[in-house]
Amino acid sequence: MQMPDPDRAILARKDRIVARLREVLPADAVISDEAETRAYECDALTAYKCPPLAAVLPSSTQEVSAVLKVCHAEGVPVVPRGAGTSLAGGAMPTADSVILGVARMNEVLETDYANRFIRVQTGRTNLSVSGAVEERDFFYAPDPSSQLACAIAGNIAMNSGGAHCLKYGVTTNNLLGVTMVMMDGAVVEIGGAHLDAAGLDLLGLICGSEGQLGVVTEATLRILHKPEGARPVLMGFDNNEVAGQCVSDIIKAGILPVAIEFMDRPCIRATEAFAGAGYPDCEALLIVEVEGSEAEIDAQLERILAIARTHNPMELRESTSAEESARIWLGRKSAFGAMGQINDYMCLDGTIPVSQLPYVLRRISELSKDYGLDVGNVFHAGDGNMHPLILFDANKPGDLEKCEAMGADILRLCVEVGGCLTGEHGVGIEKRDLMVDQYATEDLDIQMAVKDVFDPKWLLNPAKVFPLASSAARRMAAQ
Amino acid sequence: MTIPKSEAELAAVIADAKGALRIRGGGTRPVGKAGSGEVVCTQGLSGVMLYEPGALTLVAQAGTPLTAVEDALRAENQRLAFEPMDHRAVLGTDGVPTIGGVVAANASGPRRIQVGACRDSLLGVRFVDGAGRVIKNGGRVMKNVTGYDLVKLMAGSWGTLGVLSEVSLKVQAVPEAEATLVADGVSAKTAVSALSAALGSPYDVSGAAFISDGGKALVRVEGLAESVAYRVRQLQADACAGWSVVEADSSATLWSDVRDVRPLIGREGAVWRISVKPSDAPNVLEKLGNPEAVCDWGGGLIWAVVSETLNVRDQLAGFGGHASLIKGGGAFSSFHPEPAPLAAISKGLRAKFDPRGILNPGLMA
Ligand SMILES: Cc1cc2nc3c(=O)[nH]c(=O)nc-3n(C[C@H](O)[C@H](O)[C@H](O)COP(=O)(O)OP(=O)(O)OC[C@H]3O[C@@H](n4cnc5c(N)ncnc54)[C@H](O)[C@@H]3O)c2cc1C
Repeated sequence: MQMPDPDRAILARKDRIVARLREVLPADAVISDEAETRAYECDALTAYKCPPLAAVLPSSTQEVSAVLKVCHAEGVPVVPRGAGTSLAGGAMPTADSVILGVARMNEVLETDYANRFIRVQTGRTNLSVSGAVEERDFFYAPDPSSQLACAIAGNIAMNSGGAHCLKYGVTTNNLLGVTMVMMDGAVVEIGGAHLDAAGLDLLGLICGSEGQLGVVTEATLRILHKPEGARPVLMGFDNNEVAGQCVSDIIKAGILPVAIEFMDRPCIRATEAFAGAGYPDCEALLIVEVEGSEAEIDAQLERILAIARTHNPMELRESTSAEESARIWLGRKSAFGAMGQINDYMCLDGTIPVSQLPYVLRRISELSKDYGLDVGNVFHAGDGNMHPLILFDANKPGDLEKCEAMGADILRLCVEVGGCLTGEHGVGIEKRDLMVDQYATEDLDIQMAVKDVFDPKWLLNPAKVFPLASSAARRMAAQ
Repeated sequence: MTIPKSEAELAAVIADAKGALRIRGGGTRPVGKAGSGEVVCTQGLSGVMLYEPGALTLVAQAGTPLTAVEDALRAENQRLAFEPMDHRAVLGTDGVPTIGGVVAANASGPRRIQVGACRDSLLGVRFVDGAGRVIKNGGRVMKNVTGYDLVKLMAGSWGTLGVLSEVSLKVQAVPEAEATLVADGVSAKTAVSALSAALGSPYDVSGAAFISDGGKALVRVEGLAESVAYRVRQLQADACAGWSVVEADSSATLWSDVRDVRPLIGREGAVWRISVKPSDAPNVLEKLGNPEAVCDWGGGLIWAVVSETLNVRDQLAGFGGHASLIKGGGAFSSFHPEPAPLAAISKGLRAKFDPRGILNPGLMA
């Protein structure tokens, strides 16, 4: 992965920059020792690593502002960081950058059940936001699988999704307002407890901007009352195409499950070997979950099962107890772990129109043969967000490169059939150079022009999202 | 008036423009200062380009009449989830609303509280910016975080950043049944706290409104017939104790009236659209002298008719939120002034999207 050469003048000024940061932060909030900055050298995309110049851990919006003023004055790039669980290298540093971690900012600032929102500092983890409102049976809906670890900061930056977003939407649909610090240290408030902001939808623009427009320090999030209950069914089919058709028939019938998850045979076999969830040995497996009271669940499942039966499933398993529900989810939840057991893997995240599912799965298995690398598919079928897992051996020379090339081919395939490069993980450095496959020059230019407005010096989260060649002229001009 | 027949023609018209342009879809939502300049109308760009009911997605050219989109959806028993408001009744306009106009105004109705606004259903856009460049963002799939989200930015930008040429939308299946719980003769305060309790329940409320005329409070549920019956019972046992029930078409009529603020039609005065924290609604109404009003979104959206000379924004001080002037009240700007730092960002964005300042100049200022 190509990264821009670090600015030597900045590297040479490290002592002075660190000293200025220490002037505005408590001593324990500035990390500059090389042994310690290593902790920030990568996120969950561990194939790429680079320790930063320094890392800072401010405790308030004011401290974030003070840090950014120093970095702005010194011309030092800043990489915002939440919990570092990005799978796209979104939080990966450059050698001349300061990591700005918001992990110490994890307070709940306000809880308002009457108006159904919570305001938190963005270092708070996703799950602990729900935790804070659990006593009243409320929850925060977007639920990435990494929710125990990932922070609201990263969720907002990546516009993260989760298993239940078919019904509840992704982060941007549940975000009401933010406090954000601009690169020059100015603090802005966008949106709030009311439902829509005045003027242009800047909130919508900030969400998903991958830390390149400002550092988000506080967020107002929509909370909901929990449903009365939930129950999954499992369906096995001997053919991907039929499973895909079943998904679209369920959707067309006007029943809105909260989740429709899909696994293909390689993935089913791997998880069976690993977790022994008792899945049938079939070509395609669906897990469909619905919510409501017991009677409402019965009514929805009755319709869903009737649709499934018209597709001659090999197996239909309706859960009759909490234990059975847990077993149905067990395999799906251990899918990544199971694949990781076999080998190193790379997790892709393209989205396709649901109608293209059978074709895309066929092409992926052809690519798998061509490259000689195994692939398992597990994904959110209701919205076409695929997670092909390509298995490779990191210790085998050339295997990572082969895997990257195959991943790029799969993502290009997603774009070709009318989909996109990334459904929820973000572009980061990982998909940066593929952006030209989805977007024409003008499409990228206008996005970069947006960055010019928010961050004229191009200091925030460098070398992410845009291909280096596309952004070169702007980065030069900004210096 | 220029009516381009294709996106390429639209791009040429804008690239060659010598001065200000006024961008128009169906011309049914004349909100904001009209300004001068040649009118560019999108109605020549018409047609549903792609509709996949099984994937809940529809792509249409921006000038497609809203009715054409709705007819196509109805044939498959689907609909636009966000219930776009029809401005014709309250503004006294006629003409044919276009799907591009819906998006440019981010026009959203009562179901906003459950499924989000138009911007939340918008999956992708194609548009021509002020320099005549054709630009696309987003796409036609439900989940997409590839690059910056200009889709949201274009929704509600009222033709000031670019002229939409194509939009792609997520659609929704029409539920089997709907019912509305109704209370009569209640105060705004009583109503809003009941709406809040209903919205804070697990019963998936899809509409929560208060109409000052007659003191009517409304709570809607939709879904499978069994679900609707069950939820009505549960709500009646608690948040909506003693409320009566209206079903099917009669329920639907109640909500299209709220959506289009019909109770305010024909009343003397200026019409304001006020966005506040829902629980502030009763106090805001009191501050405004308890005018005739329709409160949607559990109280979060207030439509009020007040004296032409009343500055509603002054009355909002201390509450937060914002107010747009939709009709009358000539002395005030239509859009709520942005705080200085945000105004600077908006200005910067406009300068990038429309470097010559020719697209509906001054409309949102
Ligand atoms: C096992 C596993 C499962 C996962 N499952 C899912 C899933 O189901 N759905 C999903 O969407 N993702 C998933 N992810 C990806 C990841 O968890 C999400 O992208 C998450 O939102 C990242 O949050 P974070 O706090 O770890 O952010 P980080 O990794 O620290 O940063 C992510 C991005 O946010 C920016 N950023 C961080 N803080 C700020 C701030 N304060 N202001 C502005 N920008 C900031 C960073 O610069 C970076 O670009 C998964 C990851 C793992 C490892």
